[in-house]
Amino acid sequence: MPIQVLMPALSPTMEKGNLAKWLKKEGETIKSGDVIAEIETDKATMEVEATDEGTLGKILIPEGTADVAVNTPIATILADGESAADLAKAPAPAAKAAESAPPAAAKAEAPAPKAAPAPQAVAEPDPEVPAGTEMVTQTIREALRDAMAEEMRRDADVFVMGEEVAEYQGAYKVTQGLLQEFGAKRVIDTPITEHGFAGVGVGAAMTGLKPIVEFMTFNFAMQAIDQIINSAAKTLYMSGGQMGCSIVFRGPNGAAARVAAQHSQDYSAWYSHIPGLKVVAPYSAADAKGLLKAAIRDPNPVIFLENEVLYGHTGEVPKLDDFIIPIGKARIVRSGSHVTIVSWSNGMTYALKAADELAKDGIEAEVIDLRTLRPMDTETIINSVKKTGRAVTVEEGWAQSGVGAEIAARIMENAFDYLDAPVVRVSGKDVPMPYAANLEKLALPSAAEVVEAAKAVCYR
Amino acid sequence: MAAPKKAAASTPQDKTDGGSPPEFTREQELKALRDMLLIRRFEEKAGQLYGMGAIGGFCHLYIGQEAVVVGMQMALKEGDQVITGYRDHGHMLATGMDANGVMAELTGRRGGYSKGKGGSMHMFSKEKHFYGGHGIVGAQVSLGTGLAFANHYRGNGNVSVTYFGDGAANQGQVYESFNMAELWKLPVIFVIENNRYAMGTSVSRASAQQDFSKRGASFNIPGKQVDGMDVRAVKAAGEEAAAWCRAGKGPYILEMQTYRYRGHSMSDPAKYRTREEVEKVRHDQDPIEQVRNRLLAAKVSEQDLKAIDAEVRDIVNASADFAQHDPEPDVAELWTDVYR
Repeated sequence: MPIQVLMPALSPTMEKGNLAKWLKKEGETIKSGDVIAEIETDKATMEVEATDEGTLGKILIPEGTADVAVNTPIATILADGESAADLAKAPAPAAKAAESAPPAAAKAEAPAPKAAPAPQAVAEPDPEVPAGTEMVTQTIREALRDAMAEEMRRDADVFVMGEEVAEYQGAYKVTQGLLQEFGAKRVIDTPITEHGFAGVGVGAAMTGLKPIVEFMTFNFAMQAIDQIINSAAKTLYMSGGQMGCSIVFRGPNGAAARVAAQHSQDYSAWYSHIPGLKVVAPYSAADAKGLLKAAIRDPNPVIFLENEVLYGHTGEVPKLDDFIIPIGKARIVRSGSHVTIVSWSNGMTYALKAADELAKDGIEAEVIDLRTLRPMDTETIINSVKKTGRAVTVEEGWAQSGVGAEIAARIMENAFDYLDAPVVRVSGKDVPMPYAANLEKLALPSAAEVVEAAKAVCYR
Repeated sequence: MAAPKKAAASTPQDKTDGGSPPEFTREQELKALRDMLLIRRFEEKAGQLYGMGAIGGFCHLYIGQEAVVVGMQMALKEGDQVITGYRDHGHMLATGMDANGVMAELTGRRGGYSKGKGGSMHMFSKEKHFYGGHGIVGAQVSLGTGLAFANHYRGNGNVSVTYFGDGAANQGQVYESFNMAELWKLPVIFVIENNRYAMGTSVSRASAQQDFSKRGASFNIPGKQVDGMDVRAVKAAGEEAAAWCRAGKGPYILEMQTYRYRGHSMSDPAKYRTREEVEKVRHDQDPIEQVRNRLLAAKVSEQDLKAIDAEVRDIVNASADFAQHDPEPDVAELWTDVYR
């Protein structure tokens, strides 16, 4: 019976992709391991290898087809002795899926983000964007890339270094095209040597250069954290103001999908603990661009926490020559009067979904996107809490000594008399991130938990 | 950054040359003597002030190792950078930093190089191209490689002189830095000051490869062992290494074989070596006595040498006086220099 080849998934989170190219023609002999096609997502291009032998009977999805759902039959393979006449006998359900080329190595690849756009139900206009500004729709990945490219065009002292940033075009394609535009002198592939290249970046920054140091994930930056904290964050103070460094450490932070404990940690609290560092964690595409440009220009070391799940999300980015979002300003993304929900980065996904749900029950939540964790915009939080009398914090990281704990303390210190209920923290569960899909889902916060917390503080 | 294609270069692992190093002119001898004496008298004074409680925390003295920084500095050009670890007073004085500013930093006063906020291990001078002063053992090696990266990026012809000890030579980031420095042909001289003891642990108890000039061998970085007690040998090796770097050939390792007379820090019980060992080095190899004896043999008068002693003592005494009378930082300084 003919064998169906199914559209493979590059990662557990991939839902669809483009069939870029067929490398075999109908009627050609196929051996196990032959590359028969190429598929791509916005993140990566992968080869489809045959796992069965025979003859390529029929191509069901022509090359160039976009948005082919995972597990859609894309071709049939005829076994020895079968002919085109047997094609009709191909089974309807999934027989055998072709596998994507070699399984992702821990260092090289991580799952592609979901293609679905972020629920950017932004109710409040961004005060940083002049009314009537033309907007372009971009993924966060593209917004980050454009921010770097614009700053590199503007200032020859800006360069980017990290693992796979140049020839590979970025492990998550964030640096795509930079090598081609700026050359190998300014877009530098490093060996796998986080501690060393973080130190090299800081040393270069001490002379006045402005490095953008990409970590493939902030999980790997734990190797480099001594240089980030002891050298980058403290030198200005230790030198009595003589010598500091303008440097950006950026890369994906927090949980992706199904990458387990060592690749899923949220470092928001770790870095926001440190005087001398600024810590930025954007959620929207516009903020990603405007804040990264601000970070590159900032004379201090800036930790720029991106989120892998958000890279593929699209948003409206102002079409301005020089669009900068100042570091240290939170944004009220949705206004409401009953409860304040404070989050940042991917935590906003849960916060905004929860706000939609709460509205159905007549609870109007005010949702604050912190955007910068240090310096924290306490004023915006406090003013909101004075209005609502209630607050919920949402973070993917752990609760103990977390950013939510810090927000709760600041609310207590500055708005105790305005509180009608204790602040509630929604956070990642107090366990290393599990791999199993069901457990992973439980370990992360959810919109339902945010809804529950908001109702609790509203005594509903 | 594209690594330049390199021919299969041999990696010289020269031992110290058998013969004597090139002679110094009288002016060079006098300068070396003066600069080494300044470091020694300064450090002796710092030890004294520490004993009096005027200097707090950690204080790592450079006595015995003076020929290393003085000889290297004589091999450098304006614009070359210097970076080192926590035993840094000698390096600062050698780069020409002001003794008052260094001593006042040791006493934690507002006239110190870091306004009293850095202390013994954390001082910097943009003007003198001194990049610290780093308290985390080995961290300066990656940072110094970064200084060389910046020189390469700017194409300014400057060399980064990155000092670290035999102890730091066992840190992982040293080898990460070696790899990148050679891969990208960065102009950095790695000066390994082998004073035989990492705190209280002798080289033989801590290092599988005790020939530190070979530590770059697997990265194809040339290395050389140098008599770090002979300022002439240091200068000659420094010039050779600097020329290598300036020619675009990448990094160079110099193992300076030296010795510290004092403990690791002021609180060192010195149980790990004998008095006799220290006395023997002092008697046979002292870097300052070597120069003094050569000058006397060359008929420089005792009086001329005493004049140098007096000049140096005046500078050091003035620095001690300044450092004890300069006010502590204004309390408002607590909150400054966190961000700029």
